[in-house]
Amino acid sequence: MLHEKLYDYLLHLGDNSMILGQRLGELCGHGPELETDIALTNISLDLFGQVRNYFQAAAQIKGGDATEDSVAMLRYEHEYKNTYLVEQPNEDFAHVIVRQFFFDVYHQLILNELMNSKNETLVAIAKKSIKEVDYHVDFSSTWVKRLGDGTEESHEKAQTAVSTLWRYSMELFKATETESWAAESRVGPDLDQLKSVYLERVSSILKEATLSLPEETVFQYGAKTGRHSENMGYILAEFQYMQRAYPNMKW
Amino acid sequence: MQLQLMPRNRQKKEQRKQHKSNNMNKEWPIWEIFIRSKNGLEHRHCGSLHAADEDMAIQNARDVYTRRQEGVSIWVVESKHITASNPEKNGEMFEPAADKVYRHPTFYELPDEIKHM
Repeated sequence: MLHEKLYDYLLHLGDNSMILGQRLGELCGHGPELETDIALTNISLDLFGQVRNYFQAAAQIKGGDATEDSVAMLRYEHEYKNTYLVEQPNEDFAHVIVRQFFFDVYHQLILNELMNSKNETLVAIAKKSIKEVDYHVDFSSTWVKRLGDGTEESHEKAQTAVSTLWRYSMELFKATETESWAAESRVGPDLDQLKSVYLERVSSILKEATLSLPEETVFQYGAKTGRHSENMGYILAEFQYMQRAYPNMKW
Repeated sequence: MQLQLMPRNRQKKEQRKQHKSNNMNKEWPIWEIFIRSKNGLEHRHCGSLHAADEDMAIQNARDVYTRRQEGVSIWVVESKHITASNPEKNGEMFEPAADKVYRHPTFYELPDEIKHM
């Protein structure tokens, strides 16, 4: 029972990074500038590296034939536990950056907490990942400032992205049953307690960027419990194609 | 010089604006990148890249040139600040040194105990 919960919790942690990594991977060769292209795919690879750690641990719990690949690739849509935020399409560069920023600030908070987890594997993964994620936060927040406080056009696009994506932010902090279990057993953080720091950090960067959060927002919840948006099917179609078409194939 | 008195954010915004106004093709300026591969060694020129301001130049350099552990420190300088010798004057600049072997310290006898010379 305990193992099952831990397995689910590992999926919660891994799926967000994996789907965001996949979204960023779509940009490979399509970044607005060569250097930005490399930067975004570097971030994608950082995320996939972290996902491998989570899913290796998950596969061990599951036992049998399970591997990190089967955990990653061979689930149905409703079994993925990522949030709406990370499945949002790339749209334009402003969306890519703002989505990244909203996630990075959350990600950094979570990893900082996981470094004090009761679970040793999670502590090790968090310690290894935090430096990468500190850089991601740096990267996305400087870009948010650059776009927001840049030209009229970049400001407008960044503001549109903020207004569009903000509605998916609070799902990050709405604990599912698994996440509540993690908090109670001190395996993971109490998400509710992190919310105020998150709001503070996001608002202060946005203020510097001369951007503002939308006033009235109807927040969207549900992806974490398997009720994904239409986007998810397209992401998985591409993501799982090789494994579904050629079962058990390896590089 | 007034530029330096402004807060950093403003300063960079001015920098980008200025660049935009005198550069109609909208390409970001080119920066030269210097990487120190480990402490104690010098920074070496390793290439150049595009960036809109110095922070972006550092981030881009980190992502382009140090992703395989190539460095522990990065310097960036906008290419326009580098003054280069004129290749057309290579003759007078460099060729006169060619027949002056006596400038090489090869005419001394070194004691065997001295290594790394």
